[in-house]
Amino acid sequence: MARGKIRPRVPMPMQDPLVRRGNFHEVALGYTREQAMAEASRCLQCTKPTCQSGCPVEVDCKGFIAHLAQGDVEGAFAVIRHTNSLPAVCGRVCPQEKQCERACKLAPTGEPIAIGRLERFVADAYYTSDACASAIAAASHCRMPQRDVRVACVGSGPSSLTAAGLLAALGAQVTVFEGLHEIGGVLVYGIPEFRLPKRIVATEVEHLRRLGVEFRTNWVVGQTIGLRALLERGYQAVFVGTGAGLPQFPGIPGESLLGVYSANEYLTRVNLMRAYEFPRADTPLPQGRRVTVIGGGNVAMDAARTALRLGALEVTIVYRRTQAEMPCRQEELEHAVEEGVRVRELVAPVAFEGDGKGWLAGLRVEHMVLGEPDDSGRRRPIPTGTTEVLPTDLCIIGIGTGPNPVLLRATPELARNRWGYIVTDPETGETSIPMVFAGGDIVTGAATVVLAMGAGRRAAQEIARRLGLV
Amino acid sequence: MTRIVHRRDIIPGQTVEMVLHAPAIAAAARPGHFVILRVHPMGERIPLTIADADAAAGTITIVFLVVGTTTARLAQLSEGEEILDVCGPLGQATHLVRVGKVVCVGGGTGIAAMHHIAKGHAQVGNQVTAVIGARSADLLLFEEELGRFCHEVLVATNDGSRGVRGLVTDALRRHLAIHPDVAEVVAVGPVPMMRAVAELTRPLGIKTVVSLNSIMVDGMGMCGACRVRVGGEIRFACVDGPEFDGHAVDFDELAARLTAFVPQERQSYGCLGVCHG
Ligand SMILES: Cc1cc2nc3c(=O)[nH]c(=O)nc-3n(C[C@H](O)[C@H](O)[C@H](O)COP(=O)(O)OP(=O)(O)OC[C@H]3O[C@@H](n4cnc5c(N)ncnc54)[C@H](O)[C@@H]3O)c2cc1C
Ligand SMILES: Cc1cc2nc3c(=O)[nH]c(=O)nc-3n(C[C@H](O)[C@H](O)[C@H](O)COP(=O)(O)OP(=O)(O)OC[C@H]3O[C@@H](n4cnc5c(N)ncnc54)[C@H](O)[C@@H]3O)c2cc1C
Ligand code: FES
Repeated sequence: MARGKIRPRVPMPMQDPLVRRGNFHEVALGYTREQAMAEASRCLQCTKPTCQSGCPVEVDCKGFIAHLAQGDVEGAFAVIRHTNSLPAVCGRVCPQEKQCERACKLAPTGEPIAIGRLERFVADAYYTSDACASAIAAASHCRMPQRDVRVACVGSGPSSLTAAGLLAALGAQVTVFEGLHEIGGVLVYGIPEFRLPKRIVATEVEHLRRLGVEFRTNWVVGQTIGLRALLERGYQAVFVGTGAGLPQFPGIPGESLLGVYSANEYLTRVNLMRAYEFPRADTPLPQGRRVTVIGGGNVAMDAARTALRLGALEVTIVYRRTQAEMPCRQEELEHAVEEGVRVRELVAPVAFEGDGKGWLAGLRVEHMVLGEPDDSGRRRPIPTGTTEVLPTDLCIIGIGTGPNPVLLRATPELARNRWGYIVTDPETGETSIPMVFAGGDIVTGAATVVLAMGAGRRAAQEIARRLGLV
Repeated sequence: MTRIVHRRDIIPGQTVEMVLHAPAIAAAARPGHFVILRVHPMGERIPLTIADADAAAGTITIVFLVVGTTTARLAQLSEGEEILDVCGPLGQATHLVRVGKVVCVGGGTGIAAMHHIAKGHAQVGNQVTAVIGARSADLLLFEEELGRFCHEVLVATNDGSRGVRGLVTDALRRHLAIHPDVAEVVAVGPVPMMRAVAELTRPLGIKTVVSLNSIMVDGMGMCGACRVRVGGEIRFACVDGPEFDGHAVDFDELAARLTAFVPQERQSYGCLGVCHG
C-alpha cells in the first residue's frame, strides 16, 4: 500500500454555505451510488481491521464496505444493522473522526475511508429502494414470534431505541414510554433538521414499530406511572434512558433577563415545536439580531447555526478555550464558520447586561489565556481580569446539562453518583434496583449518540440473557 | 388522544371547564399537579392545572381562561372530540399535612387550581377557609363547589356585586385579624394578587404557598423556560414547583418573564383561523 497510490477521499456534496444559511434543508447532500462505490473501493480490506474496534457499537466496517463496493446495498445494510440499529442517524451525527475513521489504517495519510458517509449512504439507499421496501414490509412477518416477555424502555432517545430494537428482534414485547409527544429524544428535540432530518428518525422508528415495538408518548415515568409500578404491572425488566436534559446556567448576574435562553429551550422551540414556521406554528420564537452563543460543543454549534438560519444578522460563539479544544464534531465547527458564524476564543461570560427594561443588551466577557492541561487533558483557561462587553440581544447558553430529574426524584432509592447520574454495573448496565437497567446520557452525562446506543445494546443483551431470550 | 367527556362554559366566551377521559393521569393526579397539552400538530404546549381528578371514573377536570391561541382553540372543541396530547400529571404535588387552619385564596381562573388544593387540605383534616375574588359576581368560579368542603367561603368582588367590595387581600386581612392562628395560606391567581397576599402574610409570619404560572415548554425540566428565582436561586417551576414559598419568590422577575412573548402571542392570535384551518 504505497502511499502515493492512495486515491483521495470522494468529497461529500454539500449545499452552498451562502444558500444553506437561509434554509433548514440538510447541509450534506449524501453520496450518489457511483460516489459511494468509488469511496468503498478505496478500502484496503485489511486482514486485521482496526476500524471496527474504533466504533462504540463495533460496526463491521470492513464487512459492510466490501458489500457496498460490489453495489450490494442490502447486504451492506444487513451487516451494519447487525450491531447498529440507527445507521442513518449514526452516519450523520457520529464524531467519526474520533472513532472508526481515526482507527482506519489510512488515517495517517489524512484521507481515511469516509466510513460515516458510507454508512449514511447504505441506510438511506436501503430505506428508499423499492427492493428493500418490500424487505422492510416483510419484516413484520419474519420477526421473531412474540414471547410472553415484556420489557419497558423509558425515554425514546438512541439508548432506548437501541435496547428496544434488539429486544424486539429477540421476540420480547417492548413498550417505549416517552414523556414528550414525539419519539427520538435529542434526535428530534435537539439536533436540527439541517443535520438530521426528522424523516430519518421517523424511518428508523417505523422500522422498530414493524418489529413490534409499542410506543407510548405523553407518558412521564415517575409522574404518569412510577418505575416500581411498571415492574409490578408485568414488565419483567425496565431500561431507563432518560438522558441528560436538565439545562445548566452559568450562575452569573443577569441570567433571568429576557433574551437569555438555554440552548435546550431555543432548540426545542425550533425543532420539536417548529417555531421556525411561526406563526403557522403556534410556538413563539425568540428573535435576535445580534446573537451570542456560549459553549463549544455540538449544542452550541447547532444553536448558532439555527439562529443564523432564523435571520440573525450576526452570530458569535463565545468559548473560553480555543477552537482546538472545542468538544464539538470538527465538521460542525467547519460548517458553522463557512456559513458565517463567528468564533470568539478565550473569552468567558461574566455577566449579562440589561437595557434597563428587562431585556438583554450585552454580554460581558473576560479575556482568558491557556494554562496547563487539566484533568480532561485540555489546557485550562485562566482569567486575565480584562473584560469587554459584546452587544447582543439574544444569548443562548449551551454550557452543559445535568441528569433529567423527573424519574430520579420519584425513585429516590435508585443509586446515583455525586453528579446525580444513575450508577450502573459497567458490564450489565443494571442499576441498584434488580431488573432495572440504565444507559446513555443518564448514566454517563452528556455524551454521544453512539455511546448511548452502545449502552442500550449492552443492557438489552443482559436483559435478553436474564429473561431467557437468548 | 384524549376525549372530552364533558364541556361547559363557566363564563361564556371566557372561562371553560372540561372533563377529560385520562385514566392514567386521573389515577396519579394529586392536588397541585398540572397537565401540558397540545391541541393540533402545529400547536404549542401549554400548562393547565388539574382542577379536579376522579380516579374511579378515570377523568380529570381542567378550567381555563381563554387568553390566546391555544386556549381559544381548545375552547372551540366540543364534547366527544379529542385533544391531541395531554401529558401529566406534572409538577410536585401540594405538600399536604394536618396543620389546623388553612386559608386558600383564589383569584380569577386561579380559583380552579386552588379548588383541588383546598380539597386536599380538607381531606387531610385541615379546617379550610376559601377566599375567592373576581372583578364582578358573574366572573366568580366554584363558589358552590368550594362550599361543599370548606369551613367558610369568603367572596370579594371589585364592584361589590357579591361578597365584600374590594380585593381578596381585603377579605384575607380581615379574616387573619380574627383568626391569628391560621397556620398556612395558599394563594393561586394573577402574579400581582399572589404578591399582595405574600406581602400581607410576611409580617404576620404565616407560611404562604403560591403556585407560579411561568411560561413552560416541555414541563419536564428540560428547557429552563419556566425558571424562577426563589430565595435567590434558580428553580424550575415545572419540576421544583409549581408551588413555592411566597415569601421567597422574586415576583418582579416572574412578572417580567411572563411578558417575553407578548408581541408574538398577539401575532399568533391574530393569525388564528387564517394561517391554518
Ligand atoms: C443539540 C444537541 C446536539 C448534539 N449533537 C450530537 C452529535 O452531533 N453527535 C452525537 O453523537 N451526539 C450529539 N449530541 C448528544 C446526543 O444527542 C446524546 O448523547 C444522546 O441523544 C443521548 O441519548 P439518550 O438515549 O441517553 O437520551 P436522550 O436522547 O437524551 O433522550 C432521552 C429521552 O427521554 C425522555 N424522558 C426523560 N425523562 C423521562 C421520563 N421520566 N419518562 C419518559 N420519558 C422521559 C426525554 O423526553 C427524551 O426524549 C447532541 C446533543 C444535543 C442536545
Ligand atoms: C403550572 C401552570 C398551571 C396553569 N394552570 C392554568 C389553569 O388552570 N387555567 C388557566 O386558565 N391557565 C392556567 N395557566 C396559564 C396558562 O398556561 C396560559 O394561560 C396559557 O399558556 C395561555 O396559552 P395561549 O396560547 O392561549 O395564550 P398565549 O397566546 O400563549 O398567551 C396569551 C396571554 O397569556 C399570557 N401567558 C402566556 N403563557 C402564560 C402562562 N404560562 N401563564 C400565564 N399567562 C401566560 C401571555 O403573556 C399573553 O398575554 C397555568 C400556567 C402554569 C404554568
Ligand atoms: S418547562 Fe421546560 S424546564 Fe420547566
